[in-house]
Amino acid sequence: MSDIDTQRRNFLKTSVGAAAVLIAPGFMLFDIAHGKPQGANNKVRWGMLIDTAKCKPGCNDCVTACNKENGLSGGTAATDSQWIRKIELKDISSGREVSLPMMCQHCENPPCVDVCPTNASFKRADGIVLVDKHRCIGCRYCMMACPYKARSFVHEPLHDQNPDVPRGRGTVESCTLCVHRIDQGGKPACAEACPNNVILFGDLNDADSEIAKKLRSLSSVQIRADLHLNPGVRYQGI
Amino acid sequence: MKRLASLLLCLCVAPVWAGDSAGTPKLDIGRGGQCVEDTQWMRKNHMHMLKHQRDEALRKGIRDEKISLKNCIECHASTKDDSVIAREDSFCVGCHKYEAVKLDCFECHSGKRKSAWLQQRNAK
Amino acid sequence: MSYTSPNQLRSPLYNLLLATGLLIVAGSLLAVHEMESQGHIITGMNNQIVWGLPHVFAIFLIVAASGVLNVSSIGSVFNKPAYKARGPLAGLLSIAMLGGGLMVLMLDLGRPDRVIVAATNYNPTSVFAWNVLLYSGMFAAVVLYLWTMMEKRMYPWSKPAGLLVFVWRFVLTTGTGLIFAFLGARQAYGSAILPPMFIILSFAWGLAVFHIVQSSIFAWNGIRPDEYVQKRMRNLMGVFVVSGLYFVVTYHLTNFYFSRQSAFEYFILRDGGIYPQLFWWGYIVIGNLLPLLLIFHPALGKSKSVIGASLAIILGGFAFLYVFIIGGQAFPLDIFHGYAVSSTFGDGEIAPYRPSVYEALLGFGGLGVAFMITAIGIHVLNFVPREIPTKVGHH
Repeated sequence: MSDIDTQRRNFLKTSVGAAAVLIAPGFMLFDIAHGKPQGANNKVRWGMLIDTAKCKPGCNDCVTACNKENGLSGGTAATDSQWIRKIELKDISSGREVSLPMMCQHCENPPCVDVCPTNASFKRADGIVLVDKHRCIGCRYCMMACPYKARSFVHEPLHDQNPDVPRGRGTVESCTLCVHRIDQGGKPACAEACPNNVILFGDLNDADSEIAKKLRSLSSVQIRADLHLNPGVRYQGI
Repeated sequence: MKRLASLLLCLCVAPVWAGDSAGTPKLDIGRGGQCVEDTQWMRKNHMHMLKHQRDEALRKGIRDEKISLKNCIECHASTKDDSVIAREDSFCVGCHKYEAVKLDCFECHSGKRKSAWLQQRNAK
Repeated sequence: MSYTSPNQLRSPLYNLLLATGLLIVAGSLLAVHEMESQGHIITGMNNQIVWGLPHVFAIFLIVAASGVLNVSSIGSVFNKPAYKARGPLAGLLSIAMLGGGLMVLMLDLGRPDRVIVAATNYNPTSVFAWNVLLYSGMFAAVVLYLWTMMEKRMYPWSKPAGLLVFVWRFVLTTGTGLIFAFLGARQAYGSAILPPMFIILSFAWGLAVFHIVQSSIFAWNGIRPDEYVQKRMRNLMGVFVVSGLYFVVTYHLTNFYFSRQSAFEYFILRDGGIYPQLFWWGYIVIGNLLPLLLIFHPALGKSKSVIGASLAIILGGFAFLYVFIIGGQAFPLDIFHGYAVSSTFGDGEIAPYRPSVYEALLGFGGLGVAFMITAIGIHVLNFVPREIPTKVGHH
């Protein structure tokens, strides 16, 4: 009887000890690179709803915030990267003016992913379309394929990048939906910075999320819906 | 024939001595201390570890902070200039230059300690 | 009929050719080094015009590389003896131009050091990924084909090898057309007519290159070409030119009919500045009307006219590709139809493009590589066409 008791005690001691050793590292070094052990999954689909009626012409806060967050230069020369831009529209027949931000639309059927020869351009399980800079060879085919001109090519060597946002010469880049923020439970810098609540970010698959409720009740469109790409970014008021 | 063979043998042996006299590179290991794995394992496997981790983090969103590049830099960036690539004896550059293996990571990745980078940005 | 002459180029001329080729290639490698260290910012390319002059050169070379094999195909697959003699030279030219074109494409990449990534990671839906396999397979197939044509004991295999190459190059050139055909969002591209158009254009461009090379070799070696064969090949080139023109006209006509495409067509054909000029003067007049005149006019049609016609076709080809590739990108992408748009990213504006010297050097480097492969190949192996003697009056 005592033999079995000792063995069981030893077993419990060892297994609890082993479990503690396994779990302990997860509690250390937490502040540096925020961990997300379970990864992205397709139950979630991140998207944005843009209310163009509230978007003010001349306001560039979303662009400035994106540039600051991601380490972009903010320049607007033909070779400068722009992940988000403000577009001023004027209806040719009626004269009505609209202002809106345009960025990667994070399509469900992204043409950029279809054409990328190395799978550098890919769609993560939760719907975010990204460029894997480890694989990008800089062929720019995705830039030709994108219907929204969302992508930029890095034309010169970069220095002092944001440690959370790696970007480098010779690769193609675009809006990441601030994936480094989303993975910590945050939201994109542009959505946070907009003073007029134009950009609403959320989970399209969550029926109770604010964005899903709005999409159910109010009219919205996808840009270039004729291409059947099913983008995750929708627009109201165009 | 025997003389030729022994001459060739001598030539093969000589570089071993050269290696010894050149010495291993001087490295600024930054904060140092207890690494994620032991030194010899790291020397042999850090590239495989980083390569595996990068695909997990980027493509699947599984971010293991312990073995991330950012975490390596947090410890190993020099305490003088907060960088792993700024000088000849910086942590990454020292060995990679010695072994003549091109470092591709820092074309895109920042070589700077994140806390230092944040300080610098907030100061602007 | 002409018989064998020494098929080695005279030494001083050969050395001069080689030196010229080396100089051009060296210049292009210097340009590539600058592009790699300083980035693409030193070129004229930007976020609106992402594919520039190097792509014009590369695509011409690759398309012509496919088309030049017509000469061999007519020999092996369709059994015409005069073409059989010219088969090996066509094969060499194909390899040379493919090599030159691919070199330009790979060196224009943002990260040419990552070509090995392209060779080991394949996206099955990407035409570029298919092309990596198609082009390398093409090299192998043509080398195999050359072997069957040039080694006596392998000769019985030249017909199946020729058939393989024939099919392979149709797939390959279709792939080149599909690169653009698959871009459904762009008004300039996204059309199913593009693959067959590229195939027919390849016939004309390839045969033009072949004519120039063959004429040069004959002239430099004092070989008199067979008049009858020359006439047949010349007329064939004329037929290819007309067929190519048919496809281009059909493409523009159809595009023009759709009201949503007409603004783009007006840009290319009338309002776009350099693009209509290149299209009408460069492609239509120099690339089509002039060669047709030189080929089919009864008073003309001698050997000098053939070289003139071939050069004109090639220049027209470059003009066509410049308008197609760069003009297609210069016209603003139509994202919000029915609206006038403006932004900091070139929305609604015609994108300007001025090619830099680096891009020109890179493009010419591709020509230089093709040139050198051809020159060296002819020098060391038996590529010069020798007419196969036949009975008088029976060809």
